[in-house]
Amino acid sequence: MSKETKVIELEEVAIRFSGDSGDGMQLTGTLFSDASALIGNDLSTFPDYPSEIRAPQGTVGGVSGFQVQFGTRRVTTPGDYAHVLVAMNPAAVKANAPFMRPGGTIIYDQDSFTEKNFQKAKFTTDQPFEELKLDDYFKIPVPITTLTREALKDFGLDNKSILRSKNMFALGLVSWMFNRPMDYMERFIQNKFKKKPAVVEANLKVLRSGWNYGMNMQHMTPRYIVHAASIEHGVYRNINGNLATAWGLLAAAEKANLEIFLGSYPITPATEVLQALAARKDLGVKTFQAEDEIAGISTTIGAAFAGDLAVTSTSGPGLALKSEALGLSVMAELPLVLVNVQRGGPSTGLPTKTEQSDLLQALYGRNGESPVVVLAASTPSDCFNYAFHAAKIALERMVPVILMTDGFLGNGSEPWKIPKMADMPEITPRIAKNAETYKPYARDEETLAREWAFPGMDGFQHRIGGLEKDLMGNVSHDPENHQKMVEIRAEKVRRVVDMVPELEVCGEQEGDLLVVGWGGTFGHLESAVREMRSLDHKVSLAHFNYINPMPANVHEVFSRFKKIVVCELNMGQFAAYLRDKEPDFKYEQFNKVKGLPFTVHELCEKFEQLLEE
Amino acid sequence: MAEELALTIKDFKSENEVRWCPGCGDHAILNSIQKAMVALGIQHKDYAVISGIGCSSRFPYYMSTYGFHTIHGRAAAVASGVKCANPNLCVWEITGDGDALAIGGNHFIHLIRRNIDINVILFNNKIYGLTKGQYSPTSDRGFVTKTSPYGTVEDPFVPGQLVLGARGKFFARSVDNNIKMSQEIFEAAARHKGTSVVEVLQNCMIYNNGIHAAITDPKMKKEHQLMLKHGEPMIFGDNEDKGLVLECGHLKVVKIGEDGVTRDDILVHDVTEPNGFVHQLLINMALPDFPVAMGVIRAVEATSYDEAMVAQIEEVKETSKIKSVDDLLMSGNTWVVE
Repeated sequence: MSKETKVIELEEVAIRFSGDSGDGMQLTGTLFSDASALIGNDLSTFPDYPSEIRAPQGTVGGVSGFQVQFGTRRVTTPGDYAHVLVAMNPAAVKANAPFMRPGGTIIYDQDSFTEKNFQKAKFTTDQPFEELKLDDYFKIPVPITTLTREALKDFGLDNKSILRSKNMFALGLVSWMFNRPMDYMERFIQNKFKKKPAVVEANLKVLRSGWNYGMNMQHMTPRYIVHAASIEHGVYRNINGNLATAWGLLAAAEKANLEIFLGSYPITPATEVLQALAARKDLGVKTFQAEDEIAGISTTIGAAFAGDLAVTSTSGPGLALKSEALGLSVMAELPLVLVNVQRGGPSTGLPTKTEQSDLLQALYGRNGESPVVVLAASTPSDCFNYAFHAAKIALERMVPVILMTDGFLGNGSEPWKIPKMADMPEITPRIAKNAETYKPYARDEETLAREWAFPGMDGFQHRIGGLEKDLMGNVSHDPENHQKMVEIRAEKVRRVVDMVPELEVCGEQEGDLLVVGWGGTFGHLESAVREMRSLDHKVSLAHFNYINPMPANVHEVFSRFKKIVVCELNMGQFAAYLRDKEPDFKYEQFNKVKGLPFTVHELCEKFEQLLEE
Repeated sequence: MAEELALTIKDFKSENEVRWCPGCGDHAILNSIQKAMVALGIQHKDYAVISGIGCSSRFPYYMSTYGFHTIHGRAAAVASGVKCANPNLCVWEITGDGDALAIGGNHFIHLIRRNIDINVILFNNKIYGLTKGQYSPTSDRGFVTKTSPYGTVEDPFVPGQLVLGARGKFFARSVDNNIKMSQEIFEAAARHKGTSVVEVLQNCMIYNNGIHAAITDPKMKKEHQLMLKHGEPMIFGDNEDKGLVLECGHLKVVKIGEDGVTRDDILVHDVTEPNGFVHQLLINMALPDFPVAMGVIRAVEATSYDEAMVAQIEEVKETSKIKSVDDLLMSGNTWVVE
């Protein structure tokens, strides 16, 4: 190896791949991340793409990005700012300049830096770096288009196919820089295009050309070493939140010994849950792509009535459409899991961007007194556990459960130590056993859960419905009965608290500032709190996964800190909820609604400011 | 043994007092469905009756089977979920013209398109009864109600047209007070694999009394109703001397014995014809020029959604290496950290 190569050793690196939405940047980023995980780095990813499938080429609006942070330590966020940006065109540089670490490295396709593309990206001069004040960044111009074309000149491919392989050149080059194993990517390409040997050959050729280019040009490209992380031993895989959610539900069905039914309508960013379950006919999954969101949940309610683990998945606007039917499952007291992968709102809002603004809708967005259990996952991989527990609560307590994830968790991925089914908790659905004594709305004394009997079970025939009912499920307009039933349904949800683990504090158990968060912001909050502690600040984190009911020890935890700040990607919905449920405390707020996750940097700034006040 | 197990109509009645208005057509339909259920010989535990909202949708409370009174318009979707969860069940959807064709229109057509094995009994009284008298999607143009004091300015749906438009395989029409015909039709609907839609012309005593009288009046019945039977000529009339012929793509009423017309010239009913052309013409027949078609109009065999769903799962289960969640979690790219 040439001595001229600059070798930089780092604990963690964030790379952002970026190009036109048709440039294959998501695939490039995913392959790079998988290869990083395989060699033992911990990592976290963040796809950031526009809602248009193919926005106008070369424009800033059409830029699709994929950021991955990997390191030798525990990595809980995809990184606020990228050390390295791979940009396939000038628009990609422009779109991502705000997300670059000062003095970072920019690898770009110099062939695309043409006057026409400057115009498309709305640069006013032909000096894009100067215009973006990126002069002092380390820039590596690479003629990616030319070199890809050159590599494929003997393949007889049309121009479009050649250009489509450019991402492989970039992947090869970056893989050389970060010493990623090529065999993994090669295997992937061979598998993906196994029916098209010519495409396999072309992609492999370009991939290797990228790698070789790095090696040959080492005088100008630095090489980074990021050692493997020391993580718990076991078998690992990369997983994103949507897949983890789908698989957690499958795990619950297996543990509960029930068939699983998913009624759903495609909606960004939740569609992958439906796709992942549709792929699992081998595990007997029944997926039903409904005609609309309402049918998605209504078929699910039917399946719950008929004895399946019944699940529906959606995102904010879909949750709105499902409200009335969700109320039916509250009234009928049927077990059901609703997965809400939150996105930017209101209305169609920012479909591909992340936000936490459906919290109050999940808690309260129905007619009548209509409480449901609300859970929130906090990392891509723990979507598995919370999906599992959502199903466990639904089946054991005969309640609908909303599981909140978000676009950041759903699309983001991280390495995950694969659990064994034998180690997962048992799930015991409340299936009725005694036909002689069965009453549809007779309850367990402790949990208030009713028993579940479904069509096909002999001797348990009964009727239920959306009208207020008595013990037998028959319609009742009796004023006293309605009051009683409303109270019972609320109390039943409250008593789920005995399935909720205590709220844990990350960091010291008491201190100056308690950071409070919920759901998908965990990685950023945890990183920020860790950083504050490394600067000797008395800051701790209490992160909520159980929203309704909340853990039993919230009051006790909150009372040990001088200040509390509630951080969330909305305008203060959880803070409002806490003010209602735990009114004895003063809650500071830190809110952001930009369709983006928090940055560790801005969180630390806010915490510093609160500590100084 | 079989005789001991046989169910009677009492086995299908619930202890609940039936609270439809006295004289409402719903009473007779309840009776017909219970009779059909007895005749079908399916085990009592395997019946599931799902309804939406409206007068007709109180139906499940008057049955002793499994029943679910759901929300407005969604019975078709809930019933779809029930059938998918347990394809062995005999699932009935009880709905009305408002429930199925207005708020639930989307679910109605998609249920039919998917051909899930559900029996849809559509009570058509051309009015909103439970909300006390507003026009419905089947009310005729110009119909005066509380919400159309000057008459409606919109055309109604013809339910059978929607069924055909959604590629329906089974459509039948009956009249509430003809219990014998209704029972036969309900049995045929239940035996048919796939979505069966039965439109029952139902009289609302309170808000739309007599809306179907011209068709259902016993005195005019033979003249105004064409009782369709598979394989038999389409003959009607007090003297059974009127029939239908197809002429230049149109149906025409002819009289046997006049203008050289014989019985052999009359169209023979074929419920199994996949081409819905004649079925469509029969569905569209209306007074005063034509009798109204009754009976099973269309019953075309096809694979049902639930059959295909089960078959697909079995097929994939057989060939896949993934047999458990543990297998799934360990599939694809994994690595070991020592």
